Amino acid sequence: MLLIVSAITFFMINLAPGGPSALMRFDVTPEQREALTRRFGLDQPVPVRYLQWLAGALHGDLGTSLTTQQPVLDRIGERLPNTLLLSGLALTLSIVVGIPMGIASALRRGKPTDYTLSTLSLLGLSIPAFWFGIMLILTFSVTLQWLPSSGVATTGADFSLKDRLQHLIMPTIVLSTAALPTVVRFTRSAMLEVLGQDYIRTATAKGLSRTVVTYGHALRNALVPVISVIGALVPRLVGGAVVTEAVFGWPGMGRLAVEAANGRDYPLVVGITVVIAAIVILTSLLVDLAYTWIDPRIRLA
Amino acid sequence: MTPRARHGAWYRLVRQPLPCASLVLLVALHLAVVLGPRVWTISPQATDPINALLDPSPEHPLGTDELGRDELARMLQGGQVSLVVGFCAMLTSIVLGLLVGALAGFYGGVASAILMRVTDAMLAIPGLFLILAAVTVFGANPVTIILIIGATSWMAVARVIFGETLRWKATEFVQAAQALGASGPYVLARHILPQTTASVVVSATLGVGIAILTESALSYLGLGIQPPTASWGNMLQNAQQYMFTAPALAVYPGVVVTVVVLAYNFLGDGLRDALDPRL
Repeated sequence: MLLIVSAITFFMINLAPGGPSALMRFDVTPEQREALTRRFGLDQPVPVRYLQWLAGALHGDLGTSLTTQQPVLDRIGERLPNTLLLSGLALTLSIVVGIPMGIASALRRGKPTDYTLSTLSLLGLSIPAFWFGIMLILTFSVTLQWLPSSGVATTGADFSLKDRLQHLIMPTIVLSTAALPTVVRFTRSAMLEVLGQDYIRTATAKGLSRTVVTYGHALRNALVPVISVIGALVPRLVGGAVVTEAVFGWPGMGRLAVEAANGRDYPLVVGITVVIAAIVILTSLLVDLAYTWIDPRIRLA
Repeated sequence: MTPRARHGAWYRLVRQPLPCASLVLLVALHLAVVLGPRVWTISPQATDPINALLDPSPEHPLGTDELGRDELARMLQGGQVSLVVGFCAMLTSIVLGLLVGALAGFYGGVASAILMRVTDAMLAIPGLFLILAAVTVFGANPVTIILIIGATSWMAVARVIFGETLRWKATEFVQAAQALGASGPYVLARHILPQTTASVVVSATLGVGIAILTESALSYLGLGIQPPTASWGNMLQNAQQYMFTAPALAVYPGVVVTVVVLAYNFLGDGLRDALDPRL
């Protein structure tokens, strides 16, 4: 999988018109251009360069950034923890809030609660995340002045947990709109499906209380498909991080990707894409494992 | 689908209040964006620095932006750009998804395995990262933006069509057509693809909304539609800088994007219910 991803990105970037050599500025002489081309190994054919890159990547060397001359891996390493923290929190929030909302919606099907929650989740799917972020800043930073509008921490101040948390609140909420509505919608439909099954009617018929039936019998079975959708949400969250980080000036992978795109920093773009894909593939593997653990009927293929 | 069934689907659609209202709203908005600039003839590009960041007035019903450009004219132009990009990107993604899904599903074999592997690989890369990588290479102008958004969003459609093609390929009437000597492309075009109409229409409707969201996010990041051409996304990028002095500029484009995307989502859900009564 990773091989395909890296090959797609690498070849796309290197075969395109105005490929990496176009990055050279206008003021360099032909000789300098020649020297730079050789230094970056750009005089080799693309497949050869891919194999060289691949050999390096297997040893943990993703090449050198063209804009800052630092190793790509270092630049990614600086930013990755921030993005993981933000996405992890947003995913946790989506699960912790989304599953109960989905259950509530399913249990009150067709009632006002259900309509409100369903409309809200559709709204969450439709609102541009960056605009939602801007509106939050407008409300809580500009008007009410409760929360800081950007960054990971107040510059110049000593480390304080409270300060860090305040900086995390709005980005986490904004990023979770990439996942929360889907969790709610999915939990709702999974619950409704399970609640319609015969064994639920049997459980109710033999006199078990509604609570026992809902949480003991229905929820456990409904959670199986919900876990699979959570795996599919990880790419969405990481993608959503690009926009969220831009709105809140959050120094993470998303902003790095935007900077790399603006600076036409090809090795960095390839490195970011591969690292992100690796993370996504790793989490989907973990989700598969969790899946077999929860539902022993499923065997790993 | 017989004319009668189509009539039935239309009937089921207009009986649902929200999708129906969404349809009316979308038609009205598209008309406004197309006809608006003929009625409201102020140029969206004409700058007037003395009258920058004005509050709404009869001359400028939505006020002016940081360069004194008329906000209403820019909203209309931005709407044209955003809606056209959204629609064309959706078309690109549907065509690609149909091609990949139908060919992989119908012919099977090694080619199919490769196509679906590529689909999975592309699904594993978070959309915006893929789009940023593509923009780095191909640059940002309306045509490349359309193609890039289309080329990075066909995977879901391909999977749906792949599944449906497999399902219909196994049905008796398709096997009968093949037994009678119909060629592969003919069976695919005449017997299998028409069965997928409902899925395609629903995916297309939801796809426009998603493409508009993607375009606005990309333009907001400064990697989409480039100024001075207005799009709802890049208008928000500018507005964020003037949030303290002119908060209203940050409100209009966002509200319109949200309403349009919400309407497409309601319409898509409504169409799914109307076209596929089994669900």
